Amino acid sequence: MADPASNPPITVAAPRAVSGPLGVIAFRLSTTVAGIISAGIEKGELVVRTTRHRLLDLMTMLRDDPRYACQQVMDICGVDFPERAERFDVVYNLLSVTHNHRIRVIVTTDETSPVPSVHQLWPAATWWERECYDLFGVLFTDQPDLRRILTDYGFDGHPLRKDFPLTGYVELHYDEERRQVVYGPVDLVQDFRNFDFESPWEGILTLPGDEKAHADRQDMKRQG
Amino acid sequence: MSDVTLRSDTDIPDSMLPEDSDGEVKRHVVEIDSHALNFGPQHPSAHGVLRLVLEMEGEVVARAIPHVGLLHRGTEKLIEYKTYPKALPYFDRLDYVSPMCEEQAFALAVEKLLNIEAPERAKWIRVMFAEITRILNHILNLTSFGLDCGALTPALWGYEEREKLIEFYEAASGARFHANYVRPGGVARDLPAGLEERIADWARTFPKWIDDLEALLTGNRIWKQRTVGIGVFTTEQALAWGFSGPCLRASGVPWDLRRSQPYDNYDKVEFNVPVGRQGDCYDRYLIRVAEMRESVKIINQCLEQIRPGPVKVRDHKITPPPRREMKRSMEALIHHFKLFTEGYHVPPGATYTVTETPKGEFGVYLVADGSNRPYRCKIRPTGFSHLQAIDEMSRRHMLADAVAIIGSLDLVFGEIDR
Repeated sequence: MADPASNPPITVAAPRAVSGPLGVIAFRLSTTVAGIISAGIEKGELVVRTTRHRLLDLMTMLRDDPRYACQQVMDICGVDFPERAERFDVVYNLLSVTHNHRIRVIVTTDETSPVPSVHQLWPAATWWERECYDLFGVLFTDQPDLRRILTDYGFDGHPLRKDFPLTGYVELHYDEERRQVVYGPVDLVQDFRNFDFESPWEGILTLPGDEKAHADRQDMKRQG
Repeated sequence: MSDVTLRSDTDIPDSMLPEDSDGEVKRHVVEIDSHALNFGPQHPSAHGVLRLVLEMEGEVVARAIPHVGLLHRGTEKLIEYKTYPKALPYFDRLDYVSPMCEEQAFALAVEKLLNIEAPERAKWIRVMFAEITRILNHILNLTSFGLDCGALTPALWGYEEREKLIEFYEAASGARFHANYVRPGGVARDLPAGLEERIADWARTFPKWIDDLEALLTGNRIWKQRTVGIGVFTTEQALAWGFSGPCLRASGVPWDLRRSQPYDNYDKVEFNVPVGRQGDCYDRYLIRVAEMRESVKIINQCLEQIRPGPVKVRDHKITPPPRREMKRSMEALIHHFKLFTEGYHVPPGATYTVTETPKGEFGVYLVADGSNRPYRCKIRPTGFSHLQAIDEMSRRHMLADAVAIIGSLDLVFGEIDR
């Protein structure tokens, strides 16, 4: 599975394709601001990667510095990459209505390391952070209202994690004797069917019995 | 939450107290000083399944705590298990009052990752139907807002007008609501013969309907008493709480994604962006009325500029081949089969693509990993941040004003709860 976000660059990435107002911002951020892992244009959108403990400083600057002036946080969401050491991306989509630009800030975290909350900067962040906590289990420090929001009262688990099954673990039904709606374990009449429609010619890189030749090819590719 | 005091009260007459099974009157009553009121989840003015816990001081709202998620269906999780073409219909079911605008957001996001562009005619159709959707949405919102404040007639007139628009939906896509019409790479099929003339005829008569609506509401004394100065939100507040769309413009921010970050053919049409000054419920109403007039203008411009041509990209790995061809050509048959089983592979990348839906900024944060299914599809609903601000907005207002505020924010729980 090719995944660009699974290996965030550790060194400061050399700003490439600097052009236009977004490119100027990317260049300025990656050269002058401390604690930024990378800042660049991806698919025409400005993406800034930083670390958890530098997040609040960066966000405060992006909001208050008139050159960035991000008055609004439009969206905060999580993305789960279970194969990584820090499995979650927390993605902030900021918008400046005066400069007409968007900046996306990404930090990584895991199940136990909390991310500083930005609700002091934008009150709208509270519900987005609650949602991220509810669906992924990402913790936020200084967030006074870290309750579940979309799932049921007393729900167990974080449904948008990749290891949470699509069908879940519990289902509701009405119990005639107790005269109330009760939870029970999921009982599927038919197992969940996850069809793999991918063409065998595209999905498989090595043909069965051809592993050695494939490894040789990979070696040759690596050596150039 | 509330102070519950138990006291023995001898002032209350026996006839008002509950009787025990043995006929003896109980002398202990529970008195609650400040009370919490459960507004919803089944309440006609809650516009769906909103549970609002209102802490009241007399008839004044001290605190409003919204509880959402009663309509949570796990759309984002389901999309991760569907191929890209199969993920599209979920977008109709988010904000079921403005389906096509949301399909457009997903289609644009996929197109951006695939690096393709819809043909010219498809773009015009999308813009035209996005504006039809805007009118559909605003009619329902304004008239049900009126209904919440005691005006019945606009709702009766509005449904008649909405029916005509839904028929355009049906003519184009085959479905009245859940259209599944705007697809990555264009639209599902071309407009049927005569539909453009029907829309043009309707666009001639519709401004009269807006005049009638305004005659009922705009100058109406009761309507103004219910809405003017209610739920005032300043520019700073609206920005900080993440408002977008008509609610943001009513607070005085001239911000419209169709103008500032145009997509499809919005850069080729002329329209005004109405901006309010007070940021109260009345301004939010006026903005929507003005937007309907602008939408009619845009629809007319679309009809003038639309030309015959293809409505989807010719790459049959992304859009299905015509049925006629499929019956004769082996290659077309393979394409058809592969498209509806495997779908197409989207190259790795991520995009946050937004459209100006009738309610505001609707965003799709789409992460692709190179397979035929989205790795992550975050949907940024518009009403989520509007509803969050309801506590701040309705504080120190009367209970009836909270109803007006909910009406003016244009909430639909299909998208808020996802």
